[in-house]
Amino acid sequence: METAKKRILTGNKAMAEAIALEMERDPNVFVLGEDIGNYGGIFGSTQGLIEKYGSQRVLDTPISETAFIGAAIGAAAEGMRPIAELMFVDFFGVCMDQIYNHMAKIPYMSGGNVRLPMVLMTAVGGGYNDAAQHSQTLYATFGHMPGMKVVAPSTPYDLKGMMISAIRDDNPVLFMFHKSLQGLGWMEQLEASAEHVPEEAYTVPLDKAKIVREGTDVTIVGVQMMTHYAVEAAERLAKEGIEAEVIDLRSIAPIDKDTIIQSVKKTHRLFVVDEDYKSYGMTAEVTAIVAEEVFYDLEAPPRRLANPDVPVPYSRPLEDFVIPSAEKIYEQVKELVNEG
Amino acid sequence: MYEHMVKSRYYEDQMVEVYTEGKTPVFNIGAGPVPGEMHLSTGQEPAAAGICVHLTKDDTVTAPHRPHHHAIAKGVDLKKMTAEIFGKETGLGKGKGGHMHLFDPDAKFSCGGIVAAGIPHAAGAALASKMQGRDWVAVAFIGEGAANAGAFHESLNLAALWNLPLIVVVEDNSYGISVPKASSTAVASNDLRAAAYGIAGAYVKDNDPIAMYRASEEAVARARSGQGPTIIEIETHRYLGHFQGDPELYRDKAEVPGLRQLDPILKLRKMLVEAEGVTEKEIEKIEKQAKQEVDEAYQFARDSSYPEPESALKDVFTS
Repeated sequence: METAKKRILTGNKAMAEAIALEMERDPNVFVLGEDIGNYGGIFGSTQGLIEKYGSQRVLDTPISETAFIGAAIGAAAEGMRPIAELMFVDFFGVCMDQIYNHMAKIPYMSGGNVRLPMVLMTAVGGGYNDAAQHSQTLYATFGHMPGMKVVAPSTPYDLKGMMISAIRDDNPVLFMFHKSLQGLGWMEQLEASAEHVPEEAYTVPLDKAKIVREGTDVTIVGVQMMTHYAVEAAERLAKEGIEAEVIDLRSIAPIDKDTIIQSVKKTHRLFVVDEDYKSYGMTAEVTAIVAEEVFYDLEAPPRRLANPDVPVPYSRPLEDFVIPSAEKIYEQVKELVNEG
Repeated sequence: MYEHMVKSRYYEDQMVEVYTEGKTPVFNIGAGPVPGEMHLSTGQEPAAAGICVHLTKDDTVTAPHRPHHHAIAKGVDLKKMTAEIFGKETGLGKGKGGHMHLFDPDAKFSCGGIVAAGIPHAAGAALASKMQGRDWVAVAFIGEGAANAGAFHESLNLAALWNLPLIVVVEDNSYGISVPKASSTAVASNDLRAAAYGIAGAYVKDNDPIAMYRASEEAVARARSGQGPTIIEIETHRYLGHFQGDPELYRDKAEVPGLRQLDPILKLRKMLVEAEGVTEKEIEKIEKQAKQEVDEAYQFARDSSYPEPESALKDVFTS
């Protein structure tokens, strides 16, 4: 019988450990960004790195996102493997040119002759009343634009394994981590933000969704916080005899169509939930995939729940109204199952 | 240096001809063997040749949307470059980039269609050089209009802060498309902005190839020996429009013949013969060789096949 206590890590410690392991393995890996040095990253994803690897490989930058993300591109083209942190995804506007015109397009425009093995990591998500410029997820914005792998892990285990995969990948990877799932001391402590994480280096693929709860009556597709809320809703529904299958999308681009399609073939109902804006978003994409591929397997029209196309508001009741909750998922899935 | 300038000039003269093919009598930008926009650098050769002659294969160059003279001076594969401009499968980017997006990793050359965006890339190459303990330098060529973009200021602050081997060459050809420098730039010349970052600055007047050579020599030595970045601004001239087909209503076209009389290639040629004792025969040999190389590049591009349409779906990700 296993008696040793399993090591529990928070999301941010799991990420920092992944980066440290890769820095150890490959001298070309380095980190740059704002407050990633002594501070260890505003969301803790670079904790302890500067102590281990020094300020020559863990570079605090000025508030100059265009310059340092561009410099990461230039360094990657020279064979380095930079990891740049763009503090909040909301700040992409100040440096979007570097991200989508250069990082994402240079490999293609060069006919594959220039490789940019870089990771751009950024914090996403609301739920802590930080208002419209600090609470977006923007999964669809980046998933829409070709040339970047876009991932959004939901657990400490995946944060570590997908970060290692991202660093080792020869393509640019936009790595989104959710603030609420980092296990930060200054946010509400969620159970989902800490779990057993193995000490060794391991990889989790960047293009595979994960079935986190098996079920037969309805497929719920979510990502990051919405996956955790969906599981919560599914446990409630189970008590009423409705077995929901919950898929954690994990990879925004490329999107794992197969896992979604196979699940819908089994459950015949689709519910998609997203913390991002509803229009033209991830919920629309997943719904369209199902409509195109397995429309006749559906026993009821698909349903979507997402931010109702408003900037994320500040006041607690307003934000709670806008961001989907376990309660809303529960209610709407119940309606969906009962109607079809 | 003379060879680079002559080759570049002949290349651009040929491009004017080729680009016009199929686009007359009614101008249609997408028609002919070379579709899309075309930005030519005729007249601006000293900026590229003057510095690239000090560079090795290991040094990195980034260029803007008017990139042919830089590419030629840096030693980009001329055949593959021309094939790329023709949109052929033998091109540098298999036809996916075109004239504004040339990438030659062997020559460590890249360019791009977004003003000022190449400066941080060069800073990144300079950072990589420093981190790897090399003495390689990076040169970012930009137009004078780009010196007012955030990327310019952010990158120079970063490069100065980290003491990177970066040289930014500002080609002041007087116009940012149609807007004269006096209406876009608050300082008389952009080398003065070096003071804002505590780095070196140099100004080259009169499109002078020799002065550019000397200023570059100093800047490259400074960067290579770990003494940090430099901004060089050169007063230069584009004889043609911003793009081919530009009606140039913003300038008096009568200024161009006067500029051509002061042509930097003629000036350098005269100097080589009169002051350096280079013979006419030697000069002609260089010119003949350059023409031949350019002609072969155009022929290679014409003879190459177009890519299979479905190849558009490849190269988004490398595996």
